[in-house]
Amino acid sequence: MEIVCPAGTPASLRAAVKAGAHTVYCGFADETNARNFPGLNFDRTEMREGIAFAHKHGAKVLIAINTFPRAGAEAIWHAAISDAASSGADAVILADLGLLDYAAQNHPELRRHLSVQAAAANADMINFYASTFGVKRVVLPRVLSVPEIAAINAETEVETEVFVFGGLCVMAEGRCSLSSYATGKSPNMNGVCSPPSHVDYREDAGVLEARLGGYLIHSAAKGEAAPYPTLCKGAFTAGGKSGYLFEDPVSLNAEQLIPQLHKAGVTALKIEGRQRSASYVAQVVQNFRAAVDALAEGRPMPAGMLAQLSEGQAGTTGAYRKIWR
Amino acid sequence: MKLTVGPNQFFWKADDWSAFYDDLAQAPVDHVSLGEVVCSKRLPFFQDRIPDAISALQAAGKTVALTSLALVTLKRERKMTAELAEMGVEVEVNDLTALAHLPDGMAFSVGPLVNVYNESTLRWLAGRGATRICLPPELPLESIATLAVAAREAGADVEVWGFGRVPLAISGRCYHARLHARPKDNCQFACEDDPDGLPVLTRDGQPFLAMNGVQTLSDSHACMALQAGALAQAGVTSLRLSPQTGDFGRVCTLFRGLLDGRLAGADVVAALHADNEEMRLSDGFVRGARGADWSGAVPA
Repeated sequence: MEIVCPAGTPASLRAAVKAGAHTVYCGFADETNARNFPGLNFDRTEMREGIAFAHKHGAKVLIAINTFPRAGAEAIWHAAISDAASSGADAVILADLGLLDYAAQNHPELRRHLSVQAAAANADMINFYASTFGVKRVVLPRVLSVPEIAAINAETEVETEVFVFGGLCVMAEGRCSLSSYATGKSPNMNGVCSPPSHVDYREDAGVLEARLGGYLIHSAAKGEAAPYPTLCKGAFTAGGKSGYLFEDPVSLNAEQLIPQLHKAGVTALKIEGRQRSASYVAQVVQNFRAAVDALAEGRPMPAGMLAQLSEGQAGTTGAYRKIWR
Repeated sequence: MKLTVGPNQFFWKADDWSAFYDDLAQAPVDHVSLGEVVCSKRLPFFQDRIPDAISALQAAGKTVALTSLALVTLKRERKMTAELAEMGVEVEVNDLTALAHLPDGMAFSVGPLVNVYNESTLRWLAGRGATRICLPPELPLESIATLAVAAREAGADVEVWGFGRVPLAISGRCYHARLHARPKDNCQFACEDDPDGLPVLTRDGQPFLAMNGVQTLSDSHACMALQAGALAQAGVTSLRLSPQTGDFGRVCTLFRGLLDGRLAGADVVAALHADNEEMRLSDGFVRGARGADWSGAVPA
């Protein structure tokens, strides 16, 4: 199976390639990609050099251009597609209908992957993207169980790529405006979710309160873990019950499901975290590479290797196990 | 400008559902989209009521569309979605799965849950047969204006979320079932007691969101009463009102009065607040720093 690794910086890209990544994904340093954080991503020169480095070491590079182009400003996204093509990218990862159409018309030779932001959650929709825009691979939304992924693979020729590690969206990706409701900044429009610019920490009587856009998301007593206030992983009250009503502050870790995902026909395993450091990326890549190599050689999976790297300590297999729903 | 009533987002008893559409036939609205948009498990409870509701609305001179689900994953949901095209009524696409099943050239509507953020996407959909496009609620006025121009050129109507709790997210997980500690497959219809959604408050008591099964909505009701002039000027051709309990016919009448110039935006806001003083309003997605913001005065 192919390991697809995040790179937020040229240093991360080189670290991922050296650590054994088959494929690296990254984005340009602007609003065209869904990890539009300050100090992150690649300018045009860095992208060309990064791709050349990866190719020299036998790895591929995918460029995520996966926000939804802003009305009146589509030229920014079109330029990203053209520059991806001329930099020698192995594929672009797209979510927007208009942009897929643009890429298919103007750069038909540039391989197109469907971003998780398109939330294509069944074979009919995936096949529709394939027949209409020539999409060769789909990154599946994090709402499907392993048997459902197997059923999709039985009904489509399109390769499937699934997230196995890192941040976990609880909502169908690309279909969520919780963040812009509270802060004005959203994944779809700005490439950010629950942005740090709108986070406010206050300590009151030994309790650390974390607010996003003025809304209280977490409070932690001294000594308690104080996870980042991602909106859908906050503690709220409804119907007289309080707690993590949408999702606990957990991150995805599906390493134990790799054999099942392989059996389900999945082509590629994706690691989230373009905002992570080069050393983090290298560590995760080494572990996942070891796991898929073990699988290919019929050896048992190395167990529990990544637990200490998970954000907020706790890991979940998310929707891959049906009970999550 | 015209008025559209979108599909009911909540789980209502079948009799309440039928009574709503009986009343709506008399309301001053132009277009109605109905059916189940949130959860496929709800549909069997009122499916047999849909044909009568369509007939009554059409007899009253309204155009009607049937909505697709917002998120299609299960086999029976795919079947349901495929069958929509054969119902003899216009389809409102709220997930592109529905589009995959529409014969090329068949006219359709696009609902607010399809990502139409730019001119190329709008033109592509219009080229495929979209004649009415309700834009995603999170779009700001500048984007709406640019898209309205593209829509006019492409011969499509462009609609904006005009009133009601805003659909903010859809998930594979059912939050109502989770709250009641039930698995989704045995949810026992945990959402049936919350006909306008279940309020979600922050831990310090601030109203924030509303839970509706697999859907998450805003606590506030989006209200374009103070933006209707700007939206009309931008080229928006209709406002969408979202069903809720209470006197919904009065909501329709208020907005009709606004669009006809008989009521000012402030009159509509005052009347909405007089009917429900608990209701918080928002128009920040269209014209504000964030979606939850409200451009008008906040009642004391």
